[in-house]
Amino acid sequence: MSEYKSGSNLERVLKGGHFAFTGECGPPQGANVEKLREKARHLKGMVDAVNVTDNQTAVVRMSSWAASLILLKEGLEPNFQMVCRDRNRLAMQSDILGVYAHGIRNMLCLSGDHQKFGNHPQAKNVYDIDSMQLIHAVKTMRDEGKFLNGEQIDEPPKLFIGAACNPFADPFEFRVYRLAKKIEAGADFIQTQCIYNMDKFREFMKRVVDMGLHEKCYILAGVTPMKSVGMARYMAKQVPGMDVPDSLIKRLQGAGKGKVAEEGIKFAVEQIEEFKEMEGVAGVHLMAIEWEHRVPEIAERAGMLPRPKV
Amino acid sequence: MVKDFDKVLVIGCKGCVTVCNVGGAKEVGVLASLLRIAANKNGKTMDVGAATLERQCDPEYIEEVKDIIGEYDAVVSIACGVGPQFLSERYPQSRIFPGLNTKFMGGAVEHGVWSERCAGCGTCVVHYFGGLCPIARCSKSLLNGPCGGSSGGKCEISKEVDCIWDLIVRKLMEQGRLDELRQFRPPKDWRTARDGGPRKMIREELAI
Repeated sequence: MSEYKSGSNLERVLKGGHFAFTGECGPPQGANVEKLREKARHLKGMVDAVNVTDNQTAVVRMSSWAASLILLKEGLEPNFQMVCRDRNRLAMQSDILGVYAHGIRNMLCLSGDHQKFGNHPQAKNVYDIDSMQLIHAVKTMRDEGKFLNGEQIDEPPKLFIGAACNPFADPFEFRVYRLAKKIEAGADFIQTQCIYNMDKFREFMKRVVDMGLHEKCYILAGVTPMKSVGMARYMAKQVPGMDVPDSLIKRLQGAGKGKVAEEGIKFAVEQIEEFKEMEGVAGVHLMAIEWEHRVPEIAERAGMLPRPKV
Repeated sequence: MVKDFDKVLVIGCKGCVTVCNVGGAKEVGVLASLLRIAANKNGKTMDVGAATLERQCDPEYIEEVKDIIGEYDAVVSIACGVGPQFLSERYPQSRIFPGLNTKFMGGAVEHGVWSERCAGCGTCVVHYFGGLCPIARCSKSLLNGPCGGSSGGKCEISKEVDCIWDLIVRKLMEQGRLDELRQFRPPKDWRTARDGGPRKMIREELAI
């Protein structure tokens, strides 16, 4: 175990040289545990870890740590997400200790969408620290056994540290340096924004490889299958930092009535096949938004099954 | 706020609010007229007085209304948020109302357009960021680079809002100062900001 930073399944899969496959699960907008368990059942055995989102798009949901614990009981490995929008450094550090005490071993550190997008736009935001500082804090807690104030932690939380990267946000030229900065701050793995513009992602990964960043950190390529032409258009126009090429929208339109979802899955499977071969890509992060029941099919068709037992 | 009062005093300020065209002698006159007209419309007469002080953030000038303020049922200050409070503290018997919403510390980027520049955090850091402040001007006050929502130079919250990190990055990259941006900026000490509690400054050399 000692060679591992946290010993999580995800860490062991990646360090074992396997092509990792992670999923995602949004907690319910209520205390409906059964709904969460049902989502979990679709993902069980299909992925190496499941991201549990933290009030994603600034919409209030069951807390990410609570939903993570439920997944843990269901036999899945959570990747606990934490955003900087809702917590100050006291709350963050205490939640980190709490999730570790309950057996969570992966954590994804994010800035978080601005509350303006969500269902409580009247809220005051926090942003006491930013995602870079959060990554650094989790690493310092783990490796030096110290809180942000420098005081000693009696039993440090050993977490496998994740961070996000959006190669499609601007300014493009700086994105690879921001990634490098996150790795230096302590990120062990990266999950990217949903990729649709493959040309731009290839260019980005070339820069990543040129800088040798893929040797310092595991990079998981983000995939979200398009369910409809409407979803593609919405993502293209309404979601900041999302790059959906017209050619993809045309391809989905061309699929014909009742066949768009199938075309979306087909594109996702093609992407996964390419990522398996792409230099520097260590796995895929599949964000099938409210489409968890299609994950087994996608995993099967993309040749991701069975998942390695490590 | 003041429609039920018979005698109202409007007090302006010759400081920043005059420069911003919201609280000077001219605006005091306009507001006083508007109050009279509005009262007439409602079938009543309002006795509206007007005064414009040198500054409302200085007790010396707050004194200027001491002989007249007692004659009014209500006072509307159109200074920044400091004014109504200095008046309330000096004249505890008077009912003081704010006539302005004080929004931010900024400047006029063009005629009639003001834009925020400073959050008053108490520890200036703009020299690290090409002279631009991410505390005040990034929607998330990020200190280590642009978030994933920066798109075409605009902030994720609105196409009307510039992404300050886009400007910082472009400026420093053009100047060949990329290394500075790659440096990790540690968590900020917010004690000097409002988070440390209400602030006060004492300069011994100026105290009498």
